[in-house]
Amino acid sequence: MHVTSPVREPLIQGGKTYADVTEDICRHVEATPTKEWKIAFGLSLIVLAYGSACLAWTWWEGLGVWGLNKTVGWAWDITNFVWWVGIGHAGTLISAILLLFRQKWRTSINRAAEAMTIFAVICAASFILMHMGRPWMAYWALPLPNAFGSLWVNFNSPLVWDVFAISTYFSVSLVFWYIGLIPDLATIRDRATSKVSKFMYGTFAMGWDGSAKTWARYEYISLILAGLSTPLVLSVHTIVSMDFATSVIPGWHTTIFPPYFVAGAIFSGFAMVQNLMLITRVVYKLEDYITLEHIETMNKVITLTGSVVGVAYITEFFIAWYGGVEYEYYAFFNRMTGPYWWAYWAMMTCNVISPQLFWSRKLRRNITFTFFISVVVNIGMWFERFVIIVTSLHRDYVPSSWSMFSPTRYDIGDYIFSFGLFFTLFLLFSKYLPVVNMAEVKAVLRSTSAQLPAKIAGVAKVRQRGTAEPVYNKDQE
Amino acid sequence: MAELSGKYLVGVYDDDDTVLHAVPKLRKAGVKIKEVYSPFPIHGLDEALGHPRTRIGIAAFMFGVTGCCCVLTLMIWTMGFDWPMIIGGKDPISIPNYIPITFEGTVLFTAFGMVITFFISNGLGPGTHFHPRFDVRATDNKFVMAIEMSRNSMSEEEISRALKDSGAEEVNIKQF
Repeated sequence: MHVTSPVREPLIQGGKTYADVTEDICRHVEATPTKEWKIAFGLSLIVLAYGSACLAWTWWEGLGVWGLNKTVGWAWDITNFVWWVGIGHAGTLISAILLLFRQKWRTSINRAAEAMTIFAVICAASFILMHMGRPWMAYWALPLPNAFGSLWVNFNSPLVWDVFAISTYFSVSLVFWYIGLIPDLATIRDRATSKVSKFMYGTFAMGWDGSAKTWARYEYISLILAGLSTPLVLSVHTIVSMDFATSVIPGWHTTIFPPYFVAGAIFSGFAMVQNLMLITRVVYKLEDYITLEHIETMNKVITLTGSVVGVAYITEFFIAWYGGVEYEYYAFFNRMTGPYWWAYWAMMTCNVISPQLFWSRKLRRNITFTFFISVVVNIGMWFERFVIIVTSLHRDYVPSSWSMFSPTRYDIGDYIFSFGLFFTLFLLFSKYLPVVNMAEVKAVLRSTSAQLPAKIAGVAKVRQRGTAEPVYNKDQE
Repeated sequence: MAELSGKYLVGVYDDDDTVLHAVPKLRKAGVKIKEVYSPFPIHGLDEALGHPRTRIGIAAFMFGVTGCCCVLTLMIWTMGFDWPMIIGGKDPISIPNYIPITFEGTVLFTAFGMVITFFISNGLGPGTHFHPRFDVRATDNKFVMAIEMSRNSMSEEEISRALKDSGAEEVNIKQF
C-alpha cells in the first residue's frame, strides 16, 4: 500500500479524485475560447505581425539594417539566441532530470515547461536563421555533398556542433513532449463531443488504449528518453558556450563557460516557467495543482542556479586578475567600468543579488514577489549575454577600431518578433492541449494528495457542448 | 493489435490498488485475463498479469550504436577522405573534435528509433482509431479488465462472480 510521508507538504490540494483531475484539466480544452484568451491571442498576433514586418525588411534589405559594425559583428541576434535557448533548458530539466531524481512535484508543471522549451528553441532557431542574413542558404549548415554549392561542413567547428546540438535537442524534446501527450490526448478524444475534435484528438492520440502492456513500455521509454535528454540538455548549452569559448577573444576564451552557461540557462528557464505558470494557474484555476509548494520549490532552484551563476561571475573576474594576462584583465575591467558599465551592473544586480532574496521563506512563498523577481532574472540573463557578447567585442586590440553598438528599430523589431512567436505558440498550446499532465498527476495523486476522498476514482462528468458548467452523467451514478 | 472478435467480460474497477490486488487473485482462481486498461501506469501490474519484460531497451541500445557509427563514419569519411582539410593545424581526422556531434547523433538515433519501435510494437499510429473498446472510462477514472470468453473454460457466471469478489464495481458483457 502507498504511504504518505508526513514531512512533506501535499502536492495536490483540495481532495481531488481521478475524475476531478480529468475534469479540471480538460475543461479549458473543451470550452470555447474565453474573451481573455482571445484578447491575449489577438495581442500576440499583433506583436507577431509587427515583428514579422521588421524581419521581412531585415531579410529583404540585408543585415545592414541592424546596428552592427565592423568591430561589433554579433550583438542582439546572438544575445537573443542564447537567451531563448537558455530559457528552453528549464523544461527539459523539469521533465527529464527531475524524472530521474523521482521528484513528484514535476508532474504538475512538466507539460507546460516542456511546451515552453519547444517554443523557446523555435525562437532561438529563428535568430540563427536571421543572423545568417541569407536564410535561403541555411541548408549550407547541413552536411551535404560538395555538389550542393559548398564544401562539406567543417566538423571541427563549434558552430556546426551547434547545428547538430540544437536540431537534436529540438526534435528529441518534441518527441518526449509528444509521447507524454498521447495518453492525455486519448482522454480528450474519449470525452470529445464534436466530430472535428474527435477526429483531431483521435488522430494525434494514435489509437492509445491504456493497456498495461502499453503503459509498461511507455514508462520504460520515458525513462530512457529522460536518461538521453539529461546529458543532451547539458551538451546543448555546453556547445553554445563553446561558440564563444573556442575563439580567442578576451572575455570569451574561458574554460569556465560550459558549466556557467548551463547554470545560467536553468536559472533563466525556471524564471520563465514561473512567469508562465503563475499566470496559467490563475487563468485556468489550477491553484490546487500548482500550489505554493511548487512555486517555492522552483524558487529554490532559482536561488541555487543563481548562486552558481554568481560564483561563476566572481571566479571569472578573479581569474582575469590572477591570471595576469593583460588583455583578459582589460576585457573584464572594461566590462565593469567601461562605457557598458550599466549593462554589467544591471546583470550583477538582477542575477546575483535578486535571487538571494529567496532565502527568506516569506518572500519565496509570495506570488507577486516571485513574479517580479522572475521578470528581473530574465532581464538580468539577457544582459549577461549582451555583456559577454558586446563588451568583449567593442574594444579591439587596435584602439582605432574601438566602437559602440546601438540597436536600430530592426534589432528591436526582430526581438519583438520572437516574443510574438513565443506567446502565439504558447497561447495556442494552452488552449488546445492539456496544460497539466493528467496521467502523471493521477499516478501521484494517492501518495501526494492533501486529503484522499473516500472513493478516489470519483464520478465522471460529461460536458454538453456550449454549456459553461459540466453536468453529472446520470448513467454512471 | 489485432482486431477484436468474440465475447468479452469486462470488469470495471474503481481503484488502482484494488485492480492490482485483483489480478493475482483472479489468475489464481483460474481466470485468464486478456488485459487491464487504466488511465495511468500502475506499477507492478504488467508483472502481475504475466506480461514479459519489455525488450525495447535492447532496441534502443542498437539504435544508439547505429547512430554513433553512422555519424562517426560520415565525419571521418568527409573530413579525412572525401575532401581532407587541415584546420587549426590538426590532423584531418581529429576524433576529439567529433565527440560532440557523435554524441548528438547517438541520442537522435536512439530517441527516434526507440519511439518508432514503441509505436510499432504497440500498434499505435495515426489513423488507428482504437478507442478503449471495452469501456470509454478507462482513459478517465476507471480501471478496466477484459476477459476473453473463448479463451476461458470457466462459465460466465463463475467469472462474473470472481470479478465481483475481487472488487469490481460492474461487470459488463461486450460482444464484437
